[in-house]
Amino acid sequence: MSTTTRPTGRTTGVDLSVDLGGLVLPNPIMTASGCFASGREIDALWNVSELGAVVAKSVTLEPREGLPTPRMSETPSGMLNAIGLQNPGVDAWLERDVPWLASRGARVVASIAGNSVDDYREVARRVAASRSVAAVEVNLSCPNVSHRGLVFACDPGRSAEVVRAVRQALPDRPLFAKLTPDVTDIARIGRSVVEAGATGISAINTTLGMAIDAETGRPKVANGFAGLSGPAIRPMAVRAVHQLFTELGPEVPIIGMGGVRTVTDVVEMVRAGASAVAIGTATFADPFTAANLVRDLGPWLGRRGHTALADLRGRIEPWPHHPR
Amino acid sequence: MSVQGRDVGPVSMTCEVLDRRRLGRYWGLTLSAPEIARRAAPGQFVNIAVSAPGTLLRRPFSIAGAALGGHVAGTIDVVLDPHGPGTDMLAGVPPGASLEVLGPLGRAFPLPQRRVSALLVGGGYGAAPMYYLGERLRAEGHRVNFLVGAADSSRIIDPIVPKRMATWSSFTTEDGSMGHRGRVTDLLAEDLETTAAEVVYACGPNAMLAAVGDICEAAGVPCQVAVEEHMACGVGVCMTCILPIHTRKGVQNRRVCVDGPVFTSTRIAWEESRYTETAHEPVDDDLDDRDASDHDGRGPDDSRADEGHFTAGVRTVRTGGRR
Repeated sequence: MSTTTRPTGRTTGVDLSVDLGGLVLPNPIMTASGCFASGREIDALWNVSELGAVVAKSVTLEPREGLPTPRMSETPSGMLNAIGLQNPGVDAWLERDVPWLASRGARVVASIAGNSVDDYREVARRVAASRSVAAVEVNLSCPNVSHRGLVFACDPGRSAEVVRAVRQALPDRPLFAKLTPDVTDIARIGRSVVEAGATGISAINTTLGMAIDAETGRPKVANGFAGLSGPAIRPMAVRAVHQLFTELGPEVPIIGMGGVRTVTDVVEMVRAGASAVAIGTATFADPFTAANLVRDLGPWLGRRGHTALADLRGRIEPWPHHPR
Repeated sequence: MSVQGRDVGPVSMTCEVLDRRRLGRYWGLTLSAPEIARRAAPGQFVNIAVSAPGTLLRRPFSIAGAALGGHVAGTIDVVLDPHGPGTDMLAGVPPGASLEVLGPLGRAFPLPQRRVSALLVGGGYGAAPMYYLGERLRAEGHRVNFLVGAADSSRIIDPIVPKRMATWSSFTTEDGSMGHRGRVTDLLAEDLETTAAEVVYACGPNAMLAAVGDICEAAGVPCQVAVEEHMACGVGVCMTCILPIHTRKGVQNRRVCVDGPVFTSTRIAWEESRYTETAHEPVDDDLDDRDASDHDGRGPDDSRADEGHFTAGVRTVRTGGRR
């Protein structure tokens, strides 16, 4: 028995290309950082260059071993995780993973993290030296050591400070600020980072959750608090993306993510205001998810008479007026 | 039949359930999975999609057996312990139904290169992959001995299998309902001598594996263990199923799903994990379906040097190996 080969670049007559502030992708399907490692594992299953882009797992200045186990727990239609940014460090990543991704023909988006503005600046400076990195996503959901451990993304001023520093270190690449939904007004944070120099927004990161074993009394994830992801948070993500789109307007690209699994989830996110859509937890449930979406999105749109995905961005139709 | 994947490594396929049978408190499923059976080796696992309400992730199961040929071209066996919505659903799937299966995943057990006497130690349904391994070892001419333990006799999977297959076998149950009353670790040192074991393979709760590894180390017998940990993806991208491993650069976290689940026992830094020898509890939480049966694997990633620890010498199993 032979295995199926993936239909790449099947022409459906539907234009799936997206332009994320200069980062032009053949299709809108990306990976959510931390859900795809740096692509090698999934490339053992299918060709990762089929994706619009690979957003790699966040890297920090120094290697990190991360948190103790258990690191995850399944929740109703979702999962909690607390990994603690386990990563090989930016230098090892640039040396080992980026050249490999480039050799596979993948478009590479770096995700950078840190615990201080200086951390972010330095990681950005090192990433800037690699021409194979097409764009950078700034993971702002990290504790700020000089601010009582509050995550940067919860504060518009601190978020802007980080983005400004990264922008200075990396003036020539599209830069996306990844936001947490755990704020009162995500649109305000979005406005703040765009004014600080972000090309666009990635939304949403996981939302903080917790689960406790009723019998043992132990938190189900060793860290206690953990990030909730999966279909359980998709409506939050759609809401956040739409608020950001409304606030920032069509000029600011948005990478929408949060619980996306199916073609209709992708279209929903685009209608909410996303320019591109990243696949996260769905890859854990089925590592072929993103490849299947790349394959199926065009035909789905074509069957409904659409000629370009971009036409649907932010398109929300009103309900007809209900006469009394 | 739809099969997704490359020419080597794991594939995703729709598998018909050919048989479902009770095995004490467990259930055994036989699935039509020719492409997975062809690529699999003992120690590897499969991830099976479940459709219970609110579930999201696949459940991992050690491959408990694989057969090629027959009119269905190839089958795999898995053993499941219903104790959560996912495994409850799978235990209720009737023959004729279809399941989405991804595999084979992880690294397989390294096999001895010359003829040896091997002692296979299984705890609870961790015995499942040992039966598959036993068949393979016996087919290659090795002497196969079994030491199987569980809390009670209903948790000893199909005891007739090791009795038939092995040159020698012994059983332990904590309630004394079958064999020696106690744990496998009570008998291990003695059984190593009785069987003149030159290599030990073990699978079961991590705390048991830690204790088995210590006893083997004291006896100077190399030991390969298939460990368990909660995992989300099974393919190496989520970083949830890590275990601290001794490496040349000190203790580092390695992924159970792709760097394991088979590790040389002396390389595992149990003292830096949450598993202690006093608590023989299995990993049990809601993802728990993947308990002791999430193993697979060969030696750990950078353990090529370790293979020398095998006095018998080991051969890397390359079937469906990951890069």
